[in-house]
Amino acid sequence: MTAMATRERASTDDAPIIEARAVSKIYDGGTEALNDITLDFPRGKMTTLLGPSGCGKTTLLKIIAGLIPATSGEVRVSGRPVTGPGPDRAFVFQDFALMPWASVLRNVAFGLELRGVDQAQREAVARRYIGEVGLAGFEDRHPHELSGGMRQRVGLARALAVDADVLLMDEPFSSVDEQTRRKFQEDMLRLLSVEKKTVVFVTHSIEEAVYLSDRIVLLSRRPSRVSEIIEPDIQRGDDPDAIRRHPAYLDTVESIWQGLKRYLD
Amino acid sequence: MTEVTPSLGAGAPRASPTRPLATLPRPRSVVTDLAIHPLTLRLLTALLLFGGWEYAGRLPVSPAFPGFIETMGAVAEMMADGSLPQALLVTLEPLALGLAISAFLGIAVGVGMGLSRTTEWLLAPPFIIMQAAPLAALIPLLVFAYGIGLTAKVLVVCIMAMPVIVLNSYGAIRQTPASLVEMGRSFLGSRQAIIVKIMLPSASPVIFAGLRLGSAAAFIGAILAELLITPTGIGDLITYNQAIAEYPKMYAAIFSVIVLSVLFIEGLGRIEAMIFRREGRTA
Repeated sequence: MTAMATRERASTDDAPIIEARAVSKIYDGGTEALNDITLDFPRGKMTTLLGPSGCGKTTLLKIIAGLIPATSGEVRVSGRPVTGPGPDRAFVFQDFALMPWASVLRNVAFGLELRGVDQAQREAVARRYIGEVGLAGFEDRHPHELSGGMRQRVGLARALAVDADVLLMDEPFSSVDEQTRRKFQEDMLRLLSVEKKTVVFVTHSIEEAVYLSDRIVLLSRRPSRVSEIIEPDIQRGDDPDAIRRHPAYLDTVESIWQGLKRYLD
Repeated sequence: MTEVTPSLGAGAPRASPTRPLATLPRPRSVVTDLAIHPLTLRLLTALLLFGGWEYAGRLPVSPAFPGFIETMGAVAEMMADGSLPQALLVTLEPLALGLAISAFLGIAVGVGMGLSRTTEWLLAPPFIIMQAAPLAALIPLLVFAYGIGLTAKVLVVCIMAMPVIVLNSYGAIRQTPASLVEMGRSFLGSRQAIIVKIMLPSASPVIFAGLRLGSAAAFIGAILAELLITPTGIGDLITYNQAIAEYPKMYAAIFSVIVLSVLFIEGLGRIEAMIFRREGRTA
């Protein structure tokens, strides 16, 4: 399709950690959100679901999370069919979903609290991740005392603290301002290169998708189908600022924009 | 008494002389500071109210309307002879009982309605009707069923206080942000953990506001019961002193119960602000 490293679903050597098989979703009102989605998510990679607003990206993510059931089809994580939320998946929410009455420390430790980990142990883990997302010193603050970017760092720390293999991120930066978002994206890339997680990331920002991901899944308009899978040929691990100037980055952004344009009225 | 003049001395080279004067804080005197202090305003309101009352009493509006000073004299007298504290205590009994029952039962029922559709269908309509209906009309019925004792009075307090407590608790649970519940589910919280650790804390400011409104209604209920069922406590002081034309004492009784009610509700409001402001939540 383009001169870029655009491939059909590349068969990776090791088995994919998440497999979606013919997943369809029709909401109670009759809205058809997803239509026969078959997708693999390779282990240890960051895959982005990109598409126009209301195309069902978040629906697919929540089906993988086990938060909503698929109407038909099946999702398997590490070979086991998804029937509900599981310890192998952690979710980062678009609106942060922090408890306003709880301190940063308790919010980050909350996933472990729900799992019955004792207080000393879960707080030790939480403190470590609060440090890793760059919020050391804010443990006893409440969410209303933090900026949007800092709140989402809390959300990320909470997801990392439960040590799931898969991180599911639902437009995590959409309510964060542009400057904060760039810094956060860089920090996240650095953090994830250490943590070795499989990430499924939903966004409607083309730049964000190309900047962050190993693999971009383009979804068409509702009812969503996979329209294209792109693997940007960008060397990561260099200077994060260099990526944004890399010709491959700019070309990929442009070609995706050309591809998506036809879905816009 | 001006406090800010842009200093252009060597010590503050950045205090730019080009700063528009309009943005400077206006010089303020101690007098104006004091004049707009909230406490001053409150005292002024009180002065106007009580001054107006005293003036109306001296006109006089009616021979049955004593002025402020005369009423305060009666308050002092009744405090001294113990009749006022004694009456307040008597009134407090059905009030406290009814409010406690309404709070516990009301929150339980409201939360139950918020959590389960069945309970909602069963219980929401009666409470919505109860909140809208003039329930004082039911008092004769209550007397018929439960006599003129404490039970009937406690029930009057309950029917006044409970609906708002129930409906607030119910609404509060229903308004739990969906993403917080989803968060609880995705981190493997059991239904019970989600209710206890997410829904109840999330609902607590609105539940608390319901309690405050319910308390105000409970005071009304307690006095209504004493005026309409059998005169006891403050209700007794009001009706008795009215009957023997001791108007200052009658107004003293009314005044004291209003003060008690305002202090109680204000106290609850303070507690509420203290708890939820720390969390950045306002009820």
